Amino acid sequence: MITNQQLVKSIWNPDLEAAEKPILKKVMNSHTINIEGLNVHIDNQHILKDISLKIPEKSITCIIGPSGCGKSTLLKTLNRMHDETPEVKVSGKVFVDGENIYSQGVNVIDTRKKMGLLAQRPCPLPMSIFDNVAYGPRIHGIRRRKAINQTVIQYLQYVGLWDEVRGRVRSSAAKLSIGQQQRLCLARGLAIEPEYILGDEATSALDPLSTKKIEELFVKLKEKYTVILVTHTLRQAKRIADNIVFMYLGEIIETGPTEEFFKNPKKQLTKDYLSGSFS
Amino acid sequence: MVIAAIIILAILLYIIGTVFYKGLPSLTLDMITKLPGGGFYLGKEGGILNAIVGSFYIIIGALVISILISVPLVMYINFYLPANSFFSGIIRFSLNILFGVPSIVYGAFGFALMIYLGIRASLFGGILAVGMLIMPIMMRSFDEVTRLLSRDLPDALLSLGATKYEMIKVILRQLMPGLITAILLAIGRGIGDAATVLFTSGYTDNIPASLNQPAATLPLSIFFQLGSPVEEVQNRAYASAIILTIIILIISFSARYFSSKFSKNKIS
Repeated sequence: MITNQQLVKSIWNPDLEAAEKPILKKVMNSHTINIEGLNVHIDNQHILKDISLKIPEKSITCIIGPSGCGKSTLLKTLNRMHDETPEVKVSGKVFVDGENIYSQGVNVIDTRKKMGLLAQRPCPLPMSIFDNVAYGPRIHGIRRRKAINQTVIQYLQYVGLWDEVRGRVRSSAAKLSIGQQQRLCLARGLAIEPEYILGDEATSALDPLSTKKIEELFVKLKEKYTVILVTHTLRQAKRIADNIVFMYLGEIIETGPTEEFFKNPKKQLTKDYLSGSFS
Repeated sequence: MVIAAIIILAILLYIIGTVFYKGLPSLTLDMITKLPGGGFYLGKEGGILNAIVGSFYIIIGALVISILISVPLVMYINFYLPANSFFSGIIRFSLNILFGVPSIVYGAFGFALMIYLGIRASLFGGILAVGMLIMPIMMRSFDEVTRLLSRDLPDALLSLGATKYEMIKVILRQLMPGLITAILLAIGRGIGDAATVLFTSGYTDNIPASLNQPAATLPLSIFFQLGSPVEEVQNRAYASAIILTIIILIISFSARYFSSKFSKNKIS
């Protein structure tokens, strides 16, 4: 049993990797999302109907389904982006690390900090490559130049962009190719040190090669993070997902481990969708 | 359509041609470096430095006032109020009305306001009146650029855990070229307007040393020179018009230069 003092000490111990620090381990071990009775209305339209879902940690969960079934809406409830659009009404509970993010008094900024979002189209900030990655740490209070430099290099390396942009990190992010921009956005999201990675059709605007790179990154990411992806392509889900959530018209029809889901779908609707009767 | 295009071009060339034909011979260095001497309006020597400086003072003051009000307002109706909210609709509607108000009305209103506040015709009065004139112009064009901004950027910033204020700071960088265009439009309209400054800023042959002193302006200077019976003075009015045109051109080009400099990181 570790005493509290030891716990506190261990946080500041520079010799320990973050994951090895007992107090962080305790937190990191509970990276699950638990959705209970979630309903979303947009302008009196019932978009998500009584969703209950458990998302296992450190794995890739793919949400699939035909367009307009509420995949992206579901993803947006996880980082409370619906707060920005007043016509969207969310009710129900979403437990992130055991805390209901829709209960009163929850800090939205903290919730969003836990979620690294990768949008459909890459949207670099109007600043240099370096500043794009440094933006998150800076707004969250990291001022030391050395620490910021280190973070930027670390995450640019992580997404495999460092070697490509090494000599021009101070030049505009707008000059990167679209695939590079998407990886930059991923690095930017990782730099705020989230616990979850959300991807909203993150590869749909990319060419096959860039898609492959991003997919490889997702697989690498699941060692450390819980990854939740919305995808339109069944093949992508088949390639990288550990778990599949199949949605149709705002309801969850079927969930399960990828292999089982594709081999033995239980519901008729799932079979029809997989066989391509509708999409 | 071709005829329409030709008419437009012909009008433009005719105006510029007349101004340059009549004004160029009178355009001397003295015009822009000297204050009007005694009897300047009767054909004696002097320049219109008072009007050039006065116009600059007024437009800079007016810009400061209207930027300080329009930027927060545009950010507020676009990013704080819900999309298509009733209140932002009212604000945009009022801006459209203010946009169409003739400048003489701003001048008269500014004059009434000055009487109420007990201010005499002065630089400050001119700044207020021109500020009121250019504010809706600036707001409307800046608002239009802002509305075109895709939701991707605000969403990306918010999902990084930025507060609204932090978000706005980055968005303003992206919108910088649009803001500069809006400022340009406002300068173009404000610096050449005679009716607003007619009652409010007064006229003087000196450069104002404080906000309470009257200030001369280029449009009024042109007006007074044209009103002179002496032909030489009338030609000087055209020379002043050339100066005004050149000033607007310089401002416009330098603003474009800075705009491209600021927007080198802009994401298209």
